[in-house]
Amino acid sequence: MEHLDIIESQTIYILREAFNKIDKLAILWSLGKDSNALLWMVRKAFFGHVPFPVVHIDTGKKFPEMYKFRERYTNDWQLDLKVGTCPPVEEMDPTLPPAARSAARKTAGLKAMIDREGFAGLLVGIRRDEEGTRAKERVFSPRGEQNTWNFRDQPPEFWDQFKTDFGPGTHLRVHPILHWTEIDIWRYSKREHIPIVDLYFSHNGRRYRSLGDQDITFPVASAAATIDEVIDELQHTKVAERSGRAMDHESEDAFERLRADGYM
Amino acid sequence: MPFEWAFLMDALQAERDQGITIDVSHIHFRTPVREYVLIDAPGHREFLKNMVTGAAQADAAVLVVDAREGMQEQTKRHSYLLHLLGIRQVIVAINKMDLVSLAQNRFQKLSKDVRHYLSELGLDLQHTQIIPVSARDGDNIVTRSIRMDWYEGPTLAESLDGIQQPVSVLEMPLRFPVQDVYKFDERRIVAGRIETGQIRVGDTLMFSPSNKTARVASIEAWNARIQPVAARAGQSIGITLDEQLFIERGEVASLVANPPTLSNVFRGRLFWLGHAPLKVGNRYKMKLCTAEYTVEVQEIERIIDVNDLGMRESQEVERNAVAEVVLRARGLIALDPFDYNMLTGRFVLVEDYDIVGGGLISMEGYADQRPTGIKSSNIFMVEHRVPESDRWRMNGHRGGILWMTGLSGAGKSTLAFSLEHYLFQRGYQVSVLDGDNVRHGLCSDLGFSPEDRVENIRRVGHAAVLFARAGFLVITAFISPYRADRDRVRMLAPGLFHEIFIEADLETCEQRDPKGLYAKARRGEIDEFTGVSAPYEPPKLAELQVDTMAHSIEECLAKLTDYVSRTFVVTK
Repeated sequence: MEHLDIIESQTIYILREAFNKIDKLAILWSLGKDSNALLWMVRKAFFGHVPFPVVHIDTGKKFPEMYKFRERYTNDWQLDLKVGTCPPVEEMDPTLPPAARSAARKTAGLKAMIDREGFAGLLVGIRRDEEGTRAKERVFSPRGEQNTWNFRDQPPEFWDQFKTDFGPGTHLRVHPILHWTEIDIWRYSKREHIPIVDLYFSHNGRRYRSLGDQDITFPVASAAATIDEVIDELQHTKVAERSGRAMDHESEDAFERLRADGYM
Repeated sequence: MPFEWAFLMDALQAERDQGITIDVSHIHFRTPVREYVLIDAPGHREFLKNMVTGAAQADAAVLVVDAREGMQEQTKRHSYLLHLLGIRQVIVAINKMDLVSLAQNRFQKLSKDVRHYLSELGLDLQHTQIIPVSARDGDNIVTRSIRMDWYEGPTLAESLDGIQQPVSVLEMPLRFPVQDVYKFDERRIVAGRIETGQIRVGDTLMFSPSNKTARVASIEAWNARIQPVAARAGQSIGITLDEQLFIERGEVASLVANPPTLSNVFRGRLFWLGHAPLKVGNRYKMKLCTAEYTVEVQEIERIIDVNDLGMRESQEVERNAVAEVVLRARGLIALDPFDYNMLTGRFVLVEDYDIVGGGLISMEGYADQRPTGIKSSNIFMVEHRVPESDRWRMNGHRGGILWMTGLSGAGKSTLAFSLEHYLFQRGYQVSVLDGDNVRHGLCSDLGFSPEDRVENIRRVGHAAVLFARAGFLVITAFISPYRADRDRVRMLAPGLFHEIFIEADLETCEQRDPKGLYAKARRGEIDEFTGVSAPYEPPKLAELQVDTMAHSIEECLAKLTDYVSRTFVVTK
């Protein structure tokens, strides 16, 4: 089997485990390349169906292109879309640095959505190679009653046996593409012809490597205007994927604090 | 705190503050030969569950030994776990050579220790590289160390590039554990991942443990240009069958010719991660591929001391220990010995909400309980023209097996022959199969070794079933010390088998000693005598229990006749 087939098969296996084991399951859709690829594999795993709600936590600060994308594919793929709103930044922890404080709105919006819908499990398209604390994640990652991540005492996970039993009031974050890399996602998107928001491609010498809110996400210098050029760029670049995400770089532990509190 | 190389992977603030790796991390890198995922696993004993989490995903391992400390218990524990996890390719890096003056003799001493321990584990050392490194300065990592010019072997990077790809699982017998059954549209799709082997459209699949069979009608795929006609190990697929079978998650599909073993009892070599110790009699949820069963710990055979690989006995298995145990389930489990199929021969145990241990399956000493273990493929079961119910009406009672088990001297034969006499007088079609008598004929070629005892009971079991199917009430009087053997007979004829525990303790039996056998066994004149020098496993869920210590023969007989008249009555 080829590399992409191996990692795709593993993702499908995880998706099917989650669907079988978790009663109220939903998938988070950020409209970015990773969650698009994940949603694509959901349709593969369930033979053309998306058998659970698709959640978009809307900060209200996404790029216009992203809203257009959301509208189009919600229709085309017949998604059961649930949009969650986020509280204003003034309500967030004031000890966080500015960009992290802004990003924390998304966590608050997510918590409200989980409480409202009673989801017991969320499929989230994060990857280990994005960032150091994500590299330490489990595939089935339990969250406490306040959505918190107890990274000091994570459950054992081996032989594709995941933590599928959990107490009342807690829920699971399931990470089906944890083992993928950025370039894997691009190569797969190319092979499968997965639609992608145009912001990822170069306009006037700049493109977005990673898509977040307008006010805290910045493009990187790049001439890559097609998917092949993006793949080629990634084979040579020494710039980190999330270098344009302000909240990752404000202080050594800002992102860790966000994640411990329930950020994706 | 000054910068440390470890910070590259120790991303958590708590790890950096304490200078210790808490959890596993993954990092990608490549050499000119291939791409790698480096999994950094913590060494500290407290985080063994995280070490296992990381190591279990690896194809090969780099064992890092501190040149100052040498092979500590922790290193040995990790080596042992790597072995248990099935990782056979190990590279050893003797690190911090700069702190032992880059001394060749220190390296040679440590190499010898490492080789000794790994060879005791049964590792093939021919391909095991042991490399002196100073990681901080890069000596023998990617480039050769000039400071340690006495070392002529490969660098760490060269050793990694020499690692073999894992062996193909395509050629192994088909194992397709059912993960789910979907009915999103008009199709009924059986979904799962092929662990080993391959599936083709048209193949006849056998599902275990239910023993149902059906043909593969299609291999389903979404967004595929052409419908696949075959699928192979590693693929997550969905199939439809030519018949509407009731199949559930947990069943294992195989080809008919090569199914997995069926058993309700097996040995497990396990590592224990639970906070509470594992104890005999405890029940756990067991997960094996996609199946789940409740198992009970029947026996803790031995604890393995990872330090000297010695064995000791214990009533419980503590956190982070390795042990050999016997586990028992209520129903049959489809499994493979780990040596036969790594992917379907391992399991985890769950207590409350958490995975608390992992183990490898061995079937040593236990038989496959698949009901039709027919060696020649040209033998077919023939259906009788006389239904069982007609025989029962003619006889005035049902057929069946009264399987008496108990120690020698417990009273099995006495009660069996008394019961036979009593029932015969009242018109029953009844006959006794007695241990001593059978060993003069049907089983005259067998001795008393564990294997022969298994075979003895297998033959008697089949003979008893033939009698019972012919409408007879069969009474057997065999010690039949092994639970697994009795269970196997039960599986041959589940509705006909009645297990009766003739109970008397060893002391009582030894006092009775009607044949003088205990005295002989104590003098060492009989090998493997049950109760003295061979084990007896009392029934756990016998249909009837008859205590011959507390009750007279007449009372015991009354209890038996009462049971027979209640149980074997023919209903209209």
